[in-house]
Amino acid sequence: MNAPMTMTQLLPELDHRHLDALEEEAIFILREVAGAFERPGLLFSSGKDSCVVLHLAEKAFKMRTSGPGERPRFDGRLPFPLVHVDTGHNFPEVMTFRDQRIAELGERLVVGHLEDSIRRGTVRLAHPLESRNNHQTVTLLETIEEHRFDCLIGGARRDEEKARAKERIFSHRDGFGQWLPKEQRPELWTLFNTRIKPGEHMRAFPISNWTELDVWLYIARERIPLPDIYYSHDRQVMRRRGLLVPLTDVTPPQAGETVETARVRFRTVGDMTCTCPVESDATTTTDIVAETLQVTVSERGATRMDDRTSDASMERRKKEGYF
Amino acid sequence: MTTPTSPAPHDAQEELAHKALRFLTAGSVDDGKSTLIGRLLFDSRAILADQLDALEKRAAGAPVDLSLLTDGLEAEREQGITIDVAYRYFATKRRKFIIADAPGHEQYTRNMVTAAAGSDAAVVLVDITKLDVASEPLALLPQTRRHSLLAQLLRVPSLVFAVNKLDAIPAPQAQAAFEAVQRALLAFAQQAGFTPRGVVPVSALRGDNVATPSATWDWYTGPTLLQLLESLPVSDERHDGSLLVPVQYVSRDTEGTGHQSRTLWGRIAHGGVQAGDTVQLFPSGQTAIVAEVRHAGSRVDRCEAGQSAGIVLDRQVDVSRGDWIATPGGTKPVQEFSATLAWLDTEPAIVGRKYWVRHGNRWVQARLTAIEHRLDIHTLAQGEASELAVNEIGNVRLQTQTALPVEPYATNRVGGAMIIVDPSTNRTSGALLVREAA
Repeated sequence: MNAPMTMTQLLPELDHRHLDALEEEAIFILREVAGAFERPGLLFSSGKDSCVVLHLAEKAFKMRTSGPGERPRFDGRLPFPLVHVDTGHNFPEVMTFRDQRIAELGERLVVGHLEDSIRRGTVRLAHPLESRNNHQTVTLLETIEEHRFDCLIGGARRDEEKARAKERIFSHRDGFGQWLPKEQRPELWTLFNTRIKPGEHMRAFPISNWTELDVWLYIARERIPLPDIYYSHDRQVMRRRGLLVPLTDVTPPQAGETVETARVRFRTVGDMTCTCPVESDATTTTDIVAETLQVTVSERGATRMDDRTSDASMERRKKEGYF
Repeated sequence: MTTPTSPAPHDAQEELAHKALRFLTAGSVDDGKSTLIGRLLFDSRAILADQLDALEKRAAGAPVDLSLLTDGLEAEREQGITIDVAYRYFATKRRKFIIADAPGHEQYTRNMVTAAAGSDAAVVLVDITKLDVASEPLALLPQTRRHSLLAQLLRVPSLVFAVNKLDAIPAPQAQAAFEAVQRALLAFAQQAGFTPRGVVPVSALRGDNVATPSATWDWYTGPTLLQLLESLPVSDERHDGSLLVPVQYVSRDTEGTGHQSRTLWGRIAHGGVQAGDTVQLFPSGQTAIVAEVRHAGSRVDRCEAGQSAGIVLDRQVDVSRGDWIATPGGTKPVQEFSATLAWLDTEPAIVGRKYWVRHGNRWVQARLTAIEHRLDIHTLAQGEASELAVNEIGNVRLQTQTALPVEPYATNRVGGAMIIVDPSTNRTSGALLVREAA
C-alpha cells in the first residue's frame, strides 16, 4: 500500500525553491522571538533539527562571510544563548560535536544537567539505568526558572507526531511549564500573541511547517554540519522488538540477546537509553535524501522507544512541559 | 549531443511548485471531512507504515477507518471530538500542501477563522445524502452557507465545493443528483458574490475524484479535487505600488571602525525596496534614504513583498519595533476605524472596554467604542447587538491610544488585520478586519 516513492514522483520536493519559503518563515519567527521577548534562549541538542534552527538563527542575525557552496561561516553574535538539557546519557560523538560547534561559533551555551536535578532530589530514578528521557522535563523547567527564560526556541515539527500537529508556532506554557491543549490561543495570520504573565513562558517552533525531507534537503543545500552518527557507520547493536538497540554503557544486552555489528545511521539523536539507529548505507546527505524518499516508517516510530509505549505518549509528556 | 539553448520559456506550472498551498477544510460532523483528509494523505502516500499499523491495531480486523488518521489528542479520542485546528502535510509531483483541518461543530467560527486566516483556499464539504435532491429549488444546509460566507468574510482567495458521499446515490441517479446540487451551489455563490473555483463530485470513502478520477461517474470530465488544488494560485503578494514594512526587529552592528549602524528588519507587506529609495518612518514622520538592503545574512540589490528585508538607512532616525517604514505620503495613520470583529473568547466583547490590539508588530490599547450590528453568519444579514458572544461576528468601531497606519483588509491583509487580546487573561479574544479608517 505504501509503495516506495521515487525521485520523479516527488519532483517538487527536489525542487529546492520551496525551501526558500520555509526559510523565510523560520527566519521571520526567530526575529519575532528576538523582538518580542526579553530573555529568550535556543534549545540546542545537537540533533539535526536544532542544527537547522541554529543555522537559520545565524542567517537571521549574522552576516555571511563564506561564499556560495562553501561551508557556511557568519560574522556577528546571536541575540540569545543556546540551551542544552544534558541527561548525562549522550552519545560521546554528539557531545564532541556540540563543544566543537560552540567553540567555533563563539556563542554562549547554558547547560542544564539532569545529574544536578538528581542531586537536588527533584528527579528520582526508579533504578540507575532507567531512561532519563522523561525526566528531562524537570531539568528543562528548572533551567528555565534559574535563567528566567521567557521564550525558548525549539526544533519541533508538526509532521513528527499527532500532538505536535495541533501545536501553535508560539505555544504558551503556564507557571508550571504545562501545555494546555484546550486553552491554546488561536493563531491568526502571523500576528502572534506573545503576551505572557510573570512566571509563564513561551515555546517558539520556527520549523513547525517543515517535514523530515525538507530538513534533509535543507541540510544538503546549506551544507549544515551534523554529528557523524547521522551518517552510516558500523555500530554494535542488539535486535529488540523490531528496533536496533545500540550497545552502550547504559543499554547493555538483555538476557538471551546477541550483540552484532550493523551498518547503521541515526535519524534522531536523543538520550542514549531511548534512541535507536536504522540500518543504512547512506554516507552523504544526498544518500539520506534518497533514503528519506523511500522511507515507509515515520521518524519517531523507527527510532524512539519512548514513543512506542502508547499512541498518546507524546501528548502526555508535552502536557507536563516536555520540549 | 545537445547544444546550449536559450532558457526554457517561463513555465507557469513550475512557478506553482515553490510555495506550499495552504488550504482549510470545512465541513460538519459526519460530512466525511476526516475521511477526505485521510484519503488525501493516504493516496499521496503521506501515511507511513507505523501510523497505518496503529490504525490497523485499533480496527482489530475491520477495514481501516481513514478518518482516524486525523484525530489527534488522547483527550479528543476519549470524547470522540476534535478540539482544535490541526496541520497536515502532503506533497504531489507538482506541489506541497498544508491542510488546516478545522473541526466543524460547536466552536466552528473560532476554529474556522483560525484556519482561514492565512489560507490560500477553502474546501467546503457538502454531504449530498443530507440534501433533498428532488426538491426545486434545492435547499442547501446551513453549514454550507456558513462555511462559505466565513471564507468570503476572511477573503480566502479560492473556494472549492467537494460534493461528498455521491457513492451513496445509486449510479444511474448520481449525475442528476450532483447536477442539482451544483446548480444550487452556483446560485448561492452568485447571490453571495463569489465564484467557486470548482464543484467536484467525490467519494472520500472510495477515493473517487479525490486523487484519482472516478471509474463510475464517467459523465464528470472535470479535474479531480487534487488536480484542482494543484492548479490554485497561492496568495498573491503585491510587488507593485508603494512600500509598506512593519519593523519587526532592530539589530545593531558594530563595524570595524566602531561606528554603530542599525538594521531595521521587517517583512514587506507590499511594494519593494532597494538602495537609494526615499522612505518615511511612522510614527516619527522622519524621512531617510535607504543605504543598503539585506536578506537572510547577505547584502542584496532588492527585496520584494513577502520577504523579510534588512534596511540600513543613511542617517540616524528614531525607530523601534512596531514602527512602519513606507513610501513618503503612502499611509495616513488614524486613531479610529471600523472593522469586522470575529469574537473567539468565552468572555463576551463589551462596548467601552479597553483591550490590547496587535497591528503589524505594535501592541496598542484600544477601546471598543460601538457594536454597530451583529452579522447572521448564515446570511450575513445585520442585526441589533449590544455585545458579541463567542463565535459571533459583528461590525464594530474602535479607538486606539496612538495612531496606526491602517488599511482596509480587502486591499491589504497586513495593514488591515489585527488581533484583539483580553488584558486580564492574555487570551486571543478576537480577529479584527479593518473596513475603513475613521
